[in-house]
Amino acid sequence: MLKDLFNKKKKYATVPSDKIKQDVPEGIMTKCPSCKSIIYTKELEKSHKVCVKCGYHHQMSAPERLKNTLDEGSFKELDADMISENPLSFPDYVERLEKDQKKSSLNEAVVTGEGTIDGYRTAIAVMDSRFRMGSMGSVVGEKITRAIEHADKEKIPFIIFTASGGARMQEGVLSLMQMAKSSVALKRFSDRGGLFISIMTHPTTGGVSASFASVGDFNFAEPKALIGFAGRRIIEQTIREDLPEDFQTAEFLLHHGQLDRVIHRADMKKTLCKVLMIHGNRGEK
Amino acid sequence: MAQRLDFERPLQELEDKIAELNSFMEEKNVDLTDEVSRLQKRLSKMEEEIYENLTAWNRVQLARHPERPTTYDYIDRIFQDFLELHGDRLFGDDEAIVGGIATFEGKPVTVIGHQRGKDTKENLRRNFGMPHPEGYRKALRLMKQAEKFNRPVVFLLDTKGAFPGKAAEERGQSEAIARNLIEMAGLTVPIICMVIGEGASGGALAIGVGNHVHMLENSWYSVISPEGAAALLWKDSGLAQQAADTMKITAPDLKELNVIDEIIPEVKGGAHRNVEEQAKSIQQALSKSLEELTQLTKDELVLHRYEKYRNIGQYTFVTDTIGLK
Repeated sequence: MLKDLFNKKKKYATVPSDKIKQDVPEGIMTKCPSCKSIIYTKELEKSHKVCVKCGYHHQMSAPERLKNTLDEGSFKELDADMISENPLSFPDYVERLEKDQKKSSLNEAVVTGEGTIDGYRTAIAVMDSRFRMGSMGSVVGEKITRAIEHADKEKIPFIIFTASGGARMQEGVLSLMQMAKSSVALKRFSDRGGLFISIMTHPTTGGVSASFASVGDFNFAEPKALIGFAGRRIIEQTIREDLPEDFQTAEFLLHHGQLDRVIHRADMKKTLCKVLMIHGNRGEK
Repeated sequence: MAQRLDFERPLQELEDKIAELNSFMEEKNVDLTDEVSRLQKRLSKMEEEIYENLTAWNRVQLARHPERPTTYDYIDRIFQDFLELHGDRLFGDDEAIVGGIATFEGKPVTVIGHQRGKDTKENLRRNFGMPHPEGYRKALRLMKQAEKFNRPVVFLLDTKGAFPGKAAEERGQSEAIARNLIEMAGLTVPIICMVIGEGASGGALAIGVGNHVHMLENSWYSVISPEGAAALLWKDSGLAQQAADTMKITAPDLKELNVIDEIIPEVKGGAHRNVEEQAKSIQQALSKSLEELTQLTKDELVLHRYEKYRNIGQYTFVTDTIGLK
């Protein structure tokens, strides 16, 4: 590391400031966590936040994802003002929510609404792992359910980009029940011929993986995304054996028949267009 | 005599003392009846105090009692003509979930439940009641069969969770659970779920989407086990007792959160103290539920389930004082 070279010459210890701790200056450059190469942030954004050197898919925020997926200016947000309560009076929960609201500029871990993709109308939900790890509590469950109901009412498809550590612990059994809530809505939507496309992005685990994420008419995923029910560490502790390196990656799931396709981010919009085109009748072009 | 839990130790001591006095009376032919009846009174008062003030953790302990009745124990006592059916037709037969056809008060039903073992050997066979995907897919096959022949489905929930293993992930643990949630949402026959012991997370919910959901008084049901919650939230699984309290996992908690319909009372000291008696109260609750639900048409049943789950959750909207926007 460059920084280490410089530090070595110092005669006495100094506590590095936060700025020095970072490998690269914030904003201008971004370091790829996979191949460690340092890329201009602007260049990275042009390539859909995919590392041009190694193809690593950097995490995308919900606003970035919407911009990357929908036709410009077509997004109309639903329920933007919905926020969590603290149903179990869980210690520190409110403070943590407020912290993540500031950090992410979002009110909760999912953004929902309606927009068009190459002219095709669709309802859309995008989870954001910066907010409480994208975990699902009452608000996430309710917003996703309302987005499904919106798609049902408007007779348009429903597309979700998942990114979630699972159910939100701080809302206990109410979080668990959001899995059932979204399922009853999805079942109704599906029975009426609704088209549901699930795109699993890094990471999609636990209660989100074990509910709506896994039951799309189409199950897609981004390359190398971590997708699974139980955490890797828990599995290793339970079965007392080392797991293969690619365990619970999108490619692993594809190999085991759990996914329709793994799709590079640069091809995502194109692929969605194709699916929407083939099911065209339900959306208004 | 049932194995005693730590919080029952004072009762044990008193019972031992009474037994001692009784045998002393017999041996030495002395009259200590007054003393014995005094102790008996103290015992019943103490029992009342302990069993009517159970902490969340005490209930978790009771739910995990090694002698606690399992799905088979209740099937034997509540249903007649039970015929167990095996396999998911795709991969194998997961003995962590059992199910089959039976009659209940003379009418045909399908009954499905988690099945844990009562000793190490049986627990190994049944994977401690922690299902693999094939278990959930067996349950799905049996509930679809029930739907075809228009008979209600009764689910008995008792699991520490879906099994976290390599093979389970490879075969699609997530999809198996998710699929059941969807299919249970649309099933056109009455679904009644009863949590009889532990109800942990998606592994329980995967057979838990019912028109009615009841819980035995000393069972628990949550998004995660108390140990898991403590490890995840506070990085210390030793704080499980505290987590049991904070996470609101007991039957009274879930009743208050509007997640369950009825609390089925347990015999004093827990279901294992008198399985026959316990089975009777479960049978009564089931009978009442079935009578109510069999009045509904297929569409009404699906709508009933939709509305039940659609309304679970608590949220609010940004006002001027809170939130960002």
